[in-house]
Amino acid sequence: MELKLLMYLIPSLIMFGCGVYGFITRKNMIAIMISLELMLNSVDINFVVFNRFLFPGQMEGMFFTLFAIAIAAAETALAIAIIINVFRIAKNVDIKQITKLKF
Amino acid sequence: MMDYSQFLSMPQEIGLLLVFLLVFIYDTFMPERTQRHLPVFTVIMMALYTIYCFCVPAVKEGTQVFFGGMFEANAATWVMKNILNVGTVLVLLQAVKWTNSDFVSVRRGEFYELTLLTLFGMFLMISARHFLLFVIGLETASLPIAALAAFEKRHYESHEAAAKYIFTAIFSSAIFLLGISFVYGMSGTLYFRDIASRIAGEHSALLIAALAFVIAGVGFKLSLVPFHQWTADVYQGAPTAVTSYLSVISKGAAAFSFLVILVQVFGAAYSQVWEWMLYAVIILTITLGNLFAMRQRNLKRFLAFSSISQAGYIMLGVIAVNVMGMSSMIYYVLVYIFSNLAAFGVIAAIERQTGRVTMDDYNGLFKTNPWLAFTMMLAMFSLGGIPPFAGFFSKFFIFVGACHQGSVAIYVLVLIALINTIISLYYYLLVVKAMFLRQDDCVIPTIKSHWSERAGLILCVLGIVFIGLVSCIYVYINGSLDAMGSMFKLIQ
Repeated sequence: MELKLLMYLIPSLIMFGCGVYGFITRKNMIAIMISLELMLNSVDINFVVFNRFLFPGQMEGMFFTLFAIAIAAAETALAIAIIINVFRIAKNVDIKQITKLKF
Repeated sequence: MMDYSQFLSMPQEIGLLLVFLLVFIYDTFMPERTQRHLPVFTVIMMALYTIYCFCVPAVKEGTQVFFGGMFEANAATWVMKNILNVGTVLVLLQAVKWTNSDFVSVRRGEFYELTLLTLFGMFLMISARHFLLFVIGLETASLPIAALAAFEKRHYESHEAAAKYIFTAIFSSAIFLLGISFVYGMSGTLYFRDIASRIAGEHSALLIAALAFVIAGVGFKLSLVPFHQWTADVYQGAPTAVTSYLSVISKGAAAFSFLVILVQVFGAAYSQVWEWMLYAVIILTITLGNLFAMRQRNLKRFLAFSSISQAGYIMLGVIAVNVMGMSSMIYYVLVYIFSNLAAFGVIAAIERQTGRVTMDDYNGLFKTNPWLAFTMMLAMFSLGGIPPFAGFFSKFFIFVGACHQGSVAIYVLVLIALINTIISLYYYLLVVKAMFLRQDDCVIPTIKSHWSERAGLILCVLGIVFIGLVSCIYVYINGSLDAMGSMFKLIQ
């Protein structure tokens, strides 16, 4: 049981780490968005795995995951809309160009 | 079978939704020529609703719990929501003229609808006693603000601010969710109370990691220092009305719910885990916020860093973990709403007509606009904490509340905060000096401000002058906290 839990948990944490790495290093805003999706989805896996293996009698983690997926979809839609707006004005989505506001 | 009568027991949320629906119906169905009055209509509705909430006696004795324990209403949440309502009325009042200007007026309904919806999300955050409801409230409170920050469609800065805000918001909520997933793995439940009883006495690495992630996630919303990088950019780029909303209302709601989470869920781990995390965060927040504020020339960026350091003072009320600290924190938020909205109101009035926001533009402002300069001076004095004004009393109460906790470390913390108050006086007075003592050739011409801006500023000035002197306000807040007193028993 313990081993099975780890077999799901470790990939999900690696996924989260990849998301953080991508968020910091990517230069394209869409790629950053993809990294953020990785992070959110790895959290969903966490919840489902904990629910399935540690607390199989109830569904709280599953329900939380459903809501988290819906919220992540809303976040993505809004972020894409904002990226499109930036693209209309700046003509690209490179994060290096978005530096007018600083210090 | 669900008991629908429990919806009637949450009058504040229902009232706010009613105001939202009325504004939405007005925006959608009223003819074009009456749309001009939509802002005034919204302000009047919101003001009536706020007054109604003050007049109706708060929730009956003790604590009421709905939806199987997910949602809690007591006198303390009632008072906190009332305070947020007052702040929102002020923000909406100051935004009336801006939303009727040429380029914004097409979408003016959206501004009011989104603002009211974020306020609803904050109400959920404050009352949530289950992490699912809390996360939904948190996202409802933070996502529409990204859309609001991108409101000035012609301005590139507005979009850049929105992009930076949405990325950091999603990143922080992902980190927060990871922390909650660890908590769920430890305890098997998401109810605040059940978590508290199941992790009591536990001292594992997982708990420390979970707490660090939760503090980081909420710290982003509160702009505490290691997580503050987005604040200045977003404040500068977003429209001033949105900036003022973001800086006071959402900060107040986040601070209150942060206290509830830390005390009610993780209270048993206080002295082992999060006390020391918060010491570090508070010292960094107050000090770095002050140091960066000194070198700012743009007034909106300047107020952003000032609000970062103010968030550190608000957190002093959290680390006190007693009823006095909590009531002084709510009082601090109230005073902070009035002082900061006065400053932002002056900036908005001047920016709307001249487009100038740097500190050098304000040289000699007293000669041409004595009333605006006077209001700004009062706001700066109150933010800095100079005696007869409300800011002094709120700082005093929050220091006293923190000292009640009694350990040596907290005295050192309060000392550092006190020294930082003196540092902060320097840069607050820089603005006053520019307005009253400096001369300049191209002074801002005399401005005729709109009645709505004037009314908002007058209310803010009255608040700054009288909240500190009228002692029944603090008594009102303090008296509401009896229901929350039992919460602090968990602290070890």
